[in-house]
Amino acid sequence: MALHHYLCIPNRRNTKYTFVPMKMLVCISKSPDTTSRIAFTDGDTSFDESGVQFIVNPYDEWYALVRAIELVEAGGGSVTTITVGDASCDPIIRKALAIGANDAVRINAEPTDSTQVARLIADYASDKGYDIILCGKETINHNSAAVGAMIAECLDMPYVPFATSLNADGGTYNLTCETAGGENKVTVNSSFVLSAAKGMSEQRIPNMRGIMSARTKPLQVVDDSGVSAATKVEKFALPPAKGDCVLVDADHPAELVRLLREEAKII
Amino acid sequence: MSVLVYVPIKDGKATKAGLEAASYANAISGGSSTAVVAGSLDGDGGIGSVGVSNVLAYADSLADNSQIAKLVDAAAEKSGASTVVFSGNLEGGAVAPRVAIRLNAGFVSGVTGVPEGGNYPRNVFSGKAKASVSVSTEKTVVSVTPNAFGVKEVGGSASVEAFATEVGEAKLVVGEFTPSSADGSVPLPEAERVVSAGRGLKGPENWGIVEDLAKALNASTACSRPVGDMGWRPHHEHVGQTGVTIRPDLYIACGISGAIQHLAGVNQSKVIVVINTDPEAPFFKAADYGIVGDVFEVLPKLTEAIKSLS
Repeated sequence: MALHHYLCIPNRRNTKYTFVPMKMLVCISKSPDTTSRIAFTDGDTSFDESGVQFIVNPYDEWYALVRAIELVEAGGGSVTTITVGDASCDPIIRKALAIGANDAVRINAEPTDSTQVARLIADYASDKGYDIILCGKETINHNSAAVGAMIAECLDMPYVPFATSLNADGGTYNLTCETAGGENKVTVNSSFVLSAAKGMSEQRIPNMRGIMSARTKPLQVVDDSGVSAATKVEKFALPPAKGDCVLVDADHPAELVRLLREEAKII
Repeated sequence: MSVLVYVPIKDGKATKAGLEAASYANAISGGSSTAVVAGSLDGDGGIGSVGVSNVLAYADSLADNSQIAKLVDAAAEKSGASTVVFSGNLEGGAVAPRVAIRLNAGFVSGVTGVPEGGNYPRNVFSGKAKASVSVSTEKTVVSVTPNAFGVKEVGGSASVEAFATEVGEAKLVVGEFTPSSADGSVPLPEAERVVSAGRGLKGPENWGIVEDLAKALNASTACSRPVGDMGWRPHHEHVGQTGVTIRPDLYIACGISGAIQHLAGVNQSKVIVVINTDPEAPFFKAADYGIVGDVFEVLPKLTEAIKSLS
């Protein structure tokens, strides 16, 4: 594993950091595998799931979940995952448990927009006293990047978007996050919500022990608290097929420049 | 329709992303939109030039998204807006969902155009599909995908009105800013031209020819995922399904084969040029123009050809 992976986890003996056990909630969404063929059914109103393999949304898994687990490994505490969805989500929830989450909650609903997901999670989390609620920066199927900010607003908590690193020092949290044209350092002194982007941590492959123990870790199913969606996809469509690629001779790139200027009118 | 737009400002002027959101607000309002800004404004900050008639100016700049959300909420009430527009860039994207919750509004993230038949168009499945989204609530909050709508100058100026409201305490401290590039080039999601390179460059020491081409084109540089993962280039340059999604006018991919995950992040580019030694590289199927050749030979020649234009 790369050296910087170790460096980003503060060593327990490093006096710079004071570890306190943290209670963390990681929001996990089911998404189609990145190589899935995208097709629609029911008159282009729903995603065609036939033959599609589902995975934990990569941003939720690689960045939010793994960093939460790393912090608990370093300083103690617990990582609970939460998912809004029906029983078809259980396999990806078990995957998150195999990677190292302690337990899982599934809110038994079939959500259709981010508002509904966020309000359901906020309703559940409101009286549980989590120190940090972590989301991936967006899902790779809906791409709304909204749930984290919405949970924060529902619970009146600070929100750190697009976090690229997270360290805890006592009750103070030091983060960096992506912003226009660079990165900002951000400090938070209370419980908060973040959305995790690339840089937070590295993907982890569950080991056999993790996979075995995931079978018996608690997965609590909670009833839908009755939140309705505010938006609906009326129709999906595939983008129009691209025309043929115009090939230019490798010895005459000037011809490409001419085409870009005169035909595409882009430079 | 009464529309409010949040316009981020920098050095007293509206940012490009802010002007794009304001152009969108003006288009859907039919010419009666109001802007809200936080921070000191130089004149109308250029906001009137895209057709916005009135600016509500909060005196202090705000860095905490919960405070900006409270400001926009109050401005929406004052202006009687039924629709609130944000840029879908990193800043706007963090505030818009909060405002949607505050207003009990339906939220449509990353719209790519004005509503058709009442439904907002947006991209889903990381650019592999499109969706038309209806909103069932009384109020609507939308964020506009950067570079999708463009800045539409119509000329004019806006009246600026001082606006005060209670925004609460900042709950997070925003500290030191580290720019991702020393030359302060535009953020990738907003870039109009992008030159990107992959493993075909063979090593980070070879990036000079990529940077030269980018410089000649006044473009930003990007890279494929393996290149970011191997540490040849910084992570924030990674474009693709799990990196940054971009939609420039021109995307030039050098030595990138074009895996489906990479395409998902770039296939909304208006014109795609692919340079690769392998004529079977899947990227050529998604390209408008292609050169089958060695990047080490083609790029310097291409850079020279572009320089000789001006």
